[in-house]
Amino acid sequence: MATKIEGLVIKDRVYTVSEVTEIVKTALEVALPQVWVEGEVSGYKRAASGHVFFSLKDEKCVIKAVMWQSTARKIVFDLKDGLKVVCRGKVSVYEPRGDYQLYVDLVEPKGKGALQLRFEQLKEKLRAEGLFDEARKRKLPLRPRTIGVVTSPTGAAIRDILRVLERRYAKLRIVIYPARVQGEGAAAEIVEAIDALGARPGIDVLIVGRGGGSIEDLWAFNEEPVARAIARSKVPVISAVGHEVDFTIADFVADVRASTPSAAAEMVIEKEEAFAERIASLTRRLGELLRYGIRDRRGEVTDLAQNRIFQNFQVRLANLGRRVDELETRGRNVIRAERQRIAEHKGAARLASERLKNAALRTVAEGKAAGARLGAALDALSPLAPLKKGYAVVWKEGGLRAAARIEDVAPGETVEVAFLKGEFGARVESVDRKKRLESRFLKEGS
Amino acid sequence: MTNLTFEKALADLEQIVAKLEKGGISLNESLALFEKGVKMSRFLKAELDKAERKVEILLKDEKGNLRAEEFEAGEASGDDKEDKGGDA
Repeated sequence: MATKIEGLVIKDRVYTVSEVTEIVKTALEVALPQVWVEGEVSGYKRAASGHVFFSLKDEKCVIKAVMWQSTARKIVFDLKDGLKVVCRGKVSVYEPRGDYQLYVDLVEPKGKGALQLRFEQLKEKLRAEGLFDEARKRKLPLRPRTIGVVTSPTGAAIRDILRVLERRYAKLRIVIYPARVQGEGAAAEIVEAIDALGARPGIDVLIVGRGGGSIEDLWAFNEEPVARAIARSKVPVISAVGHEVDFTIADFVADVRASTPSAAAEMVIEKEEAFAERIASLTRRLGELLRYGIRDRRGEVTDLAQNRIFQNFQVRLANLGRRVDELETRGRNVIRAERQRIAEHKGAARLASERLKNAALRTVAEGKAAGARLGAALDALSPLAPLKKGYAVVWKEGGLRAAARIEDVAPGETVEVAFLKGEFGARVESVDRKKRLESRFLKEGS
Repeated sequence: MTNLTFEKALADLEQIVAKLEKGGISLNESLALFEKGVKMSRFLKAELDKAERKVEILLKDEKGNLRAEEFEAGEASGDDKEDKGGDA
């Protein structure tokens, strides 16, 4: 064909603009029917029609490029100025302007896949919006009991979750909202499921995910609508996509990322177990505290030392003991040093030595006295001790309050009178605020 | 006690134990605290016992209304352990 074009050019003939343009156009189209061009995008512009115009440049040169709407809409990443790309297309001439340009029919980011770039671009965009901020992430509830699960009902994720529930004997309520998790339309179904479950009353937490697969299989979880649905969910969302190594946009937005669907199930089960453990431990401590009131005094002193309630006393006692030891050692050291000096100077030094020794002994005595005071304070803390001696408590309001003085009871009031073991119900017949305990003994005596 | 939540009960119980551990309270008050603590503990244990396992799936009818059905985990659909088959 090239020979044919050359044949068209006749020496000394005057050509019209159109004729020359036609020759140039044909020459270019013949020479560059399909070419891969690498360069940086600049002057990117999308027309209302959807066609895209930009330039490709390197250090020295620029080529105009055009991409029709039909091609442009297929690009998965965000084409923009500064991006290094590789374009495929033909080179031709736009006759009305005499511009030659690259008619692009395929564009790829340079050095990475289109999906990879799309992932990075969306990640960056959402990060800039603050969607990944730790501050906006919610903690799992104290005790998630009803778990909404967004996944395929026939996939690996739900089977894994149920298997974990079975193995751990977990008493949780699971509400599945079925959604396709891969392929065309998957993202839209996941969004619908998140929105619907999040709005459903009684759901404490959502698990959104699927089993492992290729990056294409997991792609729905990298879609912007899914990320936004997770962000706006009213209840905390645990993402559980693929395997440990898979990170999707959903993982970054979710309040908590679980490495796998099984791990997500473990997380919610652990909350319930931790809750049960907390109750058990508090109840145990309550029992311990209560028992100190009715335990034999002799045993109490040593037992008290091991109980939490007295740990701070214990620490203080130990500190006090250490301080006493320290002072003793220091005193002895000084005394020893003094003795040496006494040997040297005799006489006058002896008095100083005596004073130091006394000071040390005094400190020790003070420490012991403080220890004894603390011991007495410990005894006073046993709330049920008086009951052990045969006294009773008058309970009011079904046991919510104990009567401490006569003003606390009124005639006609129903009370419970509790001994250490057992109690009886009673009604207050009459109240005499003047009567004193002593008068009773006096009357009996006379 | 009908509107007592487990969150509130747990917070109360923790507060009660902390108060008792701290000490320095009257006999009257400490006895009341023990009583209330035991009540909270009982309530919380009952709450735990109430829990049961239930697995449901939400299905849409023709009108788009959701209804919950008991979910039976089916056999693995083919060999798609990793959700490879179709719409997984």
